[in-house]
Amino acid sequence: MKLSQLEVGMRGVVKEFTDLEMSVKLMEMGCLPGEEVVVERIAPLGDPIAINVSGYQLSLRKLEASTIILQ
Amino acid sequence: MKADLRVALVGNPNTGKSTLFNVLTGLNQKIGNFPGVTVDKKTGACQLPDGRTAEIIDLPGTYSLYPKSKDESIVFSVLADKHADTTPDLVVVILDATNLKRNLLLYTQVADLKIPVIVALNMIDLAGKSGIIINTETFSQKLGVPVVSISARKAKGIDELKQAIAYANKVPLQLDSIDVESIAPALIADISAEVKTDNPYFALQLAHQHEHLKSLTTEQSDRIEALEQKHSFHSQKAQATETIARYNFINELLADTVTQPENAREESMSNKIDHMLTHKVFGFVIFIGILLFMFQSIFAWSAYPMDLISSGFVLLQDWLHKALPAGPLTSLLVDGIVAGLSGVLVFIPQIAILFAFISILEDTGYMARVTFMMDKIMRKVGLNGKSVVPLIGGFACAVPSIMSTRTIENWKDRIITIMVTPLVTCSARLPVYTLLIALVVPNKTVWWIFNMQGLALTAMYILSLVSAVVVALVFKFIIKGREKGYFIMELPVYRMPRWNNVALSMYDRSKAFVFEAGKVIIAVSVVLWVLASYGPGKRFEQIESKYSQPQYTKTVKPDDLQRIVASEKLENSYAGVLGHVIEPVIRPLGFDWKIGIALITSFAAREVFVGTMATIYSVNGDADNLQSVQDKMASAKNPDTGQPVFTLAVAFSLMMFYAFAMQCASTMGVVYRETKNWRWPLAQFTYMTVLAYVVSLITYQLLK
Repeated sequence: MKLSQLEVGMRGVVKEFTDLEMSVKLMEMGCLPGEEVVVERIAPLGDPIAINVSGYQLSLRKLEASTIILQ
Repeated sequence: MKADLRVALVGNPNTGKSTLFNVLTGLNQKIGNFPGVTVDKKTGACQLPDGRTAEIIDLPGTYSLYPKSKDESIVFSVLADKHADTTPDLVVVILDATNLKRNLLLYTQVADLKIPVIVALNMIDLAGKSGIIINTETFSQKLGVPVVSISARKAKGIDELKQAIAYANKVPLQLDSIDVESIAPALIADISAEVKTDNPYFALQLAHQHEHLKSLTTEQSDRIEALEQKHSFHSQKAQATETIARYNFINELLADTVTQPENAREESMSNKIDHMLTHKVFGFVIFIGILLFMFQSIFAWSAYPMDLISSGFVLLQDWLHKALPAGPLTSLLVDGIVAGLSGVLVFIPQIAILFAFISILEDTGYMARVTFMMDKIMRKVGLNGKSVVPLIGGFACAVPSIMSTRTIENWKDRIITIMVTPLVTCSARLPVYTLLIALVVPNKTVWWIFNMQGLALTAMYILSLVSAVVVALVFKFIIKGREKGYFIMELPVYRMPRWNNVALSMYDRSKAFVFEAGKVIIAVSVVLWVLASYGPGKRFEQIESKYSQPQYTKTVKPDDLQRIVASEKLENSYAGVLGHVIEPVIRPLGFDWKIGIALITSFAAREVFVGTMATIYSVNGDADNLQSVQDKMASAKNPDTGQPVFTLAVAFSLMMFYAFAMQCASTMGVVYRETKNWRWPLAQFTYMTVLAYVVSLITYQLLK
């Protein structure tokens, strides 16, 4: 399951990434394997999304969220 | 400044780093540039308890030493360069106590460079409120460095931090966090030997970042590149390994030292606000409402102080004319410099109010939400959610806005944002619009609450946004993209704006405006006064002798005669000749040669328009009857037809010209600095000027 498939309020645990370049950026921001993520809201036009990870809110596009595979 | 100790502030964005900087240095700060780059370098002096003075350097906020933007790359450059006048003796790493995990990544990286470090745990009061308990003693022991709990906003713990800075050890005490050498053992050994360092993390960072480090010679950089090839080093894989190892260390550290509250999932205040502000419908309504409120306020609140300033200048000019002996020097001072100066100073209220709004929107965290809401639309037209900040900043001034596009990682998104930002109605256009609207649009209230002049102004602002979007769309198809865009961005918690930061930004920006733009405007005013007061050859003498003939002096009243002479002189002055030369080109737009002079001078900076008008009409009018620029322009008549010069068609055509034309030397300069290629500012100048001419032409021909 990909992070981009979650709906608002759903949670998951990060398992791995499909894009190395993106994974480096995401991991620096505290979004790394083993971390729990919660989808907090989706932007009014459907993209990007805001997730809660490592205790703060991170926004990313759906395309970027689709590189995050959940357990 | 001679300092005993140099201290660098390092931290994530939104950790209160700037607030701490302001608290430590007070108003004792100055803004410069880091050598070779255009990143703002803020430094300030801080008096330490032992009597010494520390120089504090505020480094750009970053999440990691691996830069994602030009600003962020400064952090490692400064920390890595051991022989520059910015090399810090001590680094204060600021950690947001409510968000320790992500903040600690940067700390472990900086600590591994083995520069003496102190940790400032900021927002300790907020962490306590949300139930986060940090055992600072164990925390400090596990890291091996002093840890000071502070609240920069409430100025708490600052004395303790100054103590810690004063008594900090000169040698690094921090304990190792991860085994750096295991990431690339052979490469690290080779690079260490090459640059003669005993710090493995410094060697590893050189492997990643040698290409843009100014402290390395080209030969060194090439040899490091060769070493990378030899050991088949993969930068991104190594970064991933390092980051995971660091987070393992951080998780263990936090498990031993921090107690998180049980039910952290309870809906926070920030979340409730977000529900409203990023709502499908209300989100956009509120955004538009805020923009409308902003523009109405800029008009309404600045009206009184602006009146005060301009009437003050009329009094001053009047007094100077009476107090000083008549002659060319007095005329230069009063009609050239003072008239030009009044044109500058009168904008201060509007600029201060605009910057107050922008700094409040950024400070509260609302700007990040606007970015979040707008990303999808912006992407459709070839921009990026992050382009919203420069575009809104463009309402103030394109120059800082174009510099702020550095946060956009994608090259094509950034170039398009730079190309369209100068279309947004900046504060320099505001006085031009204000003046012209006041001339031709009645000051009446329609639809209960809307002022017609305010509506006309709002329309000009909306037009500028629409044109920026349309032009961006065109560029989306012209410019070829290279890499894919990112939108990985923190949405900071909502906070009350820090009012002294708002006040500081109002003060800084107004000061910069007066000094930067003021220089240009005064220079242009003086040149203009000379051009308008002297003419080629003997034309002036010929006019004088022509009108001293008895047929004029006997039949025409002296006042009228003086006016005729003055106006004929202006027409035959250098400025008048220049205006006449371009008149055929601008005639179809409805402009006469006097407006032509203003157009030419405005290519230095738009705000020169008002000053130019003031100078031209002061030279032309009689000195005993001083009026404000607006009254002078309103009473200006076409000498051939006797009709007013500034009709609705002329005023709107002129506004369109100012809306689209690239009339700002500073913007062109900054575009060059940011793109490092003259092609972009030239392309921008050309497309905007052509657009301005065509739109003005259409406007005038339709309204005529």
